[in-house]
Amino acid sequence: MERRSRSFYVLAGFFTLFVLFLYGPILTIGILSFQGPQGGLTFPMNGVSLHWFRDLFQEQAVGDIWGSFRRSFALGLMVMVTTVIVSVLGGLAFRKRFKGASVLFYLAIASLVIPSILISLGVGLIFNQLGFPVHWATSGFGSQLTWTLPFGLLIMFAVFNRFDKSYEEAARDQGATAWQTFAHVVLPIIAPSLLGVALFGFTLSYDEFARTLLTAGSYNTLPLEIFGMTTNVTTPVIFALGTLTTIFSFCIIGVFFLAVWLMSRRRDKGSDAGKGMV
Amino acid sequence: MSKQITAWLQAAPIGFVLLAFLVAPIVMIVIVSFWGATEYSIYPAFQFDNYEFLFGSPVTYTVFFNTFKYAFITWAFTLVIGFTVAYFLAFEVRSLKWQVALFLLCTIPFWTSNIIRMISWIPFLGRNGLANSTLMSWGVIDEPLEWLLFSDFSVILAFVHLYTLFMVVPIFNSMMRIDRSLIEAARDNGANGWQTLRHVIIPLCKPGIMIGTIFVTTLVMGDFITVRFMSGSQRANVGRLISNDINLLQYPSASATAVVLLVTVLIVIALFLRLVDIRKEL
Repeated sequence: MERRSRSFYVLAGFFTLFVLFLYGPILTIGILSFQGPQGGLTFPMNGVSLHWFRDLFQEQAVGDIWGSFRRSFALGLMVMVTTVIVSVLGGLAFRKRFKGASVLFYLAIASLVIPSILISLGVGLIFNQLGFPVHWATSGFGSQLTWTLPFGLLIMFAVFNRFDKSYEEAARDQGATAWQTFAHVVLPIIAPSLLGVALFGFTLSYDEFARTLLTAGSYNTLPLEIFGMTTNVTTPVIFALGTLTTIFSFCIIGVFFLAVWLMSRRRDKGSDAGKGMV
Repeated sequence: MSKQITAWLQAAPIGFVLLAFLVAPIVMIVIVSFWGATEYSIYPAFQFDNYEFLFGSPVTYTVFFNTFKYAFITWAFTLVIGFTVAYFLAFEVRSLKWQVALFLLCTIPFWTSNIIRMISWIPFLGRNGLANSTLMSWGVIDEPLEWLLFSDFSVILAFVHLYTLFMVVPIFNSMMRIDRSLIEAARDNGANGWQTLRHVIIPLCKPGIMIGTIFVTTLVMGDFITVRFMSGSQRANVGRLISNDINLLQYPSASATAVVLLVTVLIVIALFLRLVDIRKEL
């Protein structure tokens, strides 16, 4: 082991503080969600129990948590699948340098940087004026795509920029059609990155608040439900919910990384396709 | 089938989504910003009342000033923290395995709900929170600091907590592309660490810094929920102005504010984009 400079230790210390800063608050509510029945929103702990988790499962006085969870989950899956398919198509299109590409590119960038509340307001107004009811699966779905698709597209850019075109040439030389080249050569190579896009799509949608605020209609998604709870719930039950949703997010991330790991293990060595993942 | 047509067909879905859910809504907002409103309904019109009211009210200027203040302070903190973290990961951590592992460690909290992450500051900053009780037990303060929660301080703290990652990722990405032989060359020519940082690394990271800057400033400028939540509704930025109007069903007025916010954000981004070509970064 080579000797480390002093700057390494200073920066390592800084990094550790940063990680503590990131995780500290979440860990705190994780601990506080195990408060006893008499416990409040802050330390000291007033006993240790699963009371607030039970509360979450039993009482529905605080709203429709499980309904909103189901909706968020379904919406997340819808957004995930759409994001993967549409971003791959978009990525393929951009490889061909078509007319109008730069307009579309700037639209995608604009979509990332324009404040979410504008999308929410605008989509809500359009649905309203056209007489369509706003619903999480229509207006909410579309609004979320304006956030997940540009992310997916950017990842696809990164992937295709690092893509070795000689694989495709080889396939073509051997007589593969365009579709066969895509299905048997391109797709397997970019597959791990697509899992990255899927992970982005799902989690961005699952947590999206601002873009669904005015577009979800009368049935709340989970972030909207949680937001509602922050204004009227003053017990650790909200921490319990926070802990559960955080654990759920971690599980999703875990599943994705497991999938990436399994895929890269099955594949022959020598390809760097998986490294394009953000 | 010609290549052009295939490309258009492939680009059509994303093009459609962006037209229907980005361009059309913004056109709609611009149109509605000229409409009128009664207490119960909104009606099509072409009048400048909403803008007149907006620009005639001193509240608007205070709120815009606040928005820029939040954006600037948050930007400064996220930049310094993000750059330092990225620098550590890119240059001080030497094995790729550790780089990836530590990088993932930073990105994981990003995947949990923003609102949950905001709530999680309450046990820390509250009147009886960890910060106050620790400081009191150390004897640093005699009574709880009131400004920890529901203040500009807590708003900016939450922003930094939520958005630093948007700075880390692009800067880290830029740093990883720097040819390591350039740094060696700088050292061989007698540059010390600080000089290398200033004259080699920072200039080469500029695109990453700009992308992070664009993300952080636009996220902060458009935010309404963090400001509302972390200030206990005691502070306002433009996003909150809009969301308040929405809650009162004053859509034309909300739209006018939204148009002004949009123009402001676009001007800010146009300025940033003059400094860097982001297409080269992908």
